[in-house]
Amino acid sequence: MAKRSFLIPGVDKRLLIKDSIKTMPDVTRRRFIAGSASLGALTLLTGCDVVDSSSAEEMLKSVSKFNDAVQAFIFNPDALAPTFPESAITKPFPFNAYYDLDDAPDVSAADWKLEVRGLVDNKKSWTLDELHKLPQVTQITRHICVEGWSAIGSWTGTPLRDFLKLIGADTRAKYVWFQCADKDGYNSPLDMRSALHPQTQMTFKYANEILPRAYGFPVKIRVPTKLGFKNPKYVVSMEVTNDYKGGYWEDQGYNSFSGS
Amino acid sequence: MASLTVTDEQVRATPAKVIQPAWVRVMHWINAFAMILMILSGWQIYNASPLFGFTFPRDYTLGGWLGGGLLWHFAAMWLLMVNGLAYLVTGFATGRFRKKLFPITPSGVLHDVRAALTFKLGHDDLTVYNYVQRLLYAGIIVVGVLIVLTGLGMWKPVQLHWLVMLFGDYPTARYIHFFCMAAICAFLVIHVLLALLVPKSLRAMIIGR
Repeated sequence: MAKRSFLIPGVDKRLLIKDSIKTMPDVTRRRFIAGSASLGALTLLTGCDVVDSSSAEEMLKSVSKFNDAVQAFIFNPDALAPTFPESAITKPFPFNAYYDLDDAPDVSAADWKLEVRGLVDNKKSWTLDELHKLPQVTQITRHICVEGWSAIGSWTGTPLRDFLKLIGADTRAKYVWFQCADKDGYNSPLDMRSALHPQTQMTFKYANEILPRAYGFPVKIRVPTKLGFKNPKYVVSMEVTNDYKGGYWEDQGYNSFSGS
Repeated sequence: MASLTVTDEQVRATPAKVIQPAWVRVMHWINAFAMILMILSGWQIYNASPLFGFTFPRDYTLGGWLGGGLLWHFAAMWLLMVNGLAYLVTGFATGRFRKKLFPITPSGVLHDVRAALTFKLGHDDLTVYNYVQRLLYAGIIVVGVLIVLTGLGMWKPVQLHWLVMLFGDYPTARYIHFFCMAAICAFLVIHVLLALLVPKSLRAMIIGR
């Protein structure tokens, strides 16, 4: 109980809105190194101008790629994310996005279909009713945000690897790339080994209720071995591909693998 | 007059005693650089989701925004970890830790703390650390190990689940990581202040003598 209470301040609603504003993509942030006063502070402290902005940016990008490789290397496909009892669930589970809840995608189930593309045998689109008929499992795991806060939630849906098998996906491909209904076209690549992880889930329910709009109705991809931003919500299509197609946050500088 | 003249031979015969060997100096300054990068980028990351009711001033953060701060943090961590590991191995292998940091006795610490607070703690022989120094230097090594372990646990809470369990759970590891940072910052302030008060110790850390 005490543990849960100190989680709440980090996910306070007003703070979240503030965070969302802060994490709004803008031109200055895309050049995340340039022109920041903090570099002056660093130069002062170290006494040498080690961080010429463009070369520093190149160096950081290379290290981030190196970190992708390190994380892929230490990723154990059999290592399970810890699971929790229902009593450990964080209430309320925070809504978190780069926009306010009122601006979240409002998907109409009747018009929505999950598109399946790329290296798969069966490219048929799926209605929500069809997806809901698939066998489902529930997991209670910790969602860890790139910002540092975390929250425990209960998600129910079909293991993604079962769905990939069902559609005849080429699981030797490198990525499953998700496209979402968010404004500005949210998307995110998921490496195949993480996609095939037993806990990676095509989620239809939160806390045994149909996924509410706040948590990604109609479909969210729950990946407890990844940071929150690699758990796409409001999914409209998935593509099995060998190409690295980038992602909304990945392109702005968040580490692409971002594994837990 | 003759007794005041020093010949080249005599200078060579009595070289100044090396207080800080080269490996200590190199690793010390690499660590200082890596640590400052880690602290400033860590403050940037903290600001994205503060644990307490305050944030760090933007001017003292690195990276410009959360994503930039994370890139710096996860780049500088390699420098900090590789250098820190090399320091620990060399420190144990050469016997430097044993010789310079131990023993740490409660009575010795009490005596030297009292002496320090009454400005009677001498620094005549820089090759011997007093008990306050021993306690702080050994303590900061322990804090350094702790901050790296909590950091690794938070970086890979599934793959290194056992490491997170060691500290309780993920949010607890996050708090410990923060308090270790605070301890390092406090150490840094005292350490720099004392080095400036005894400039020959600073010189020893730069040129060795």
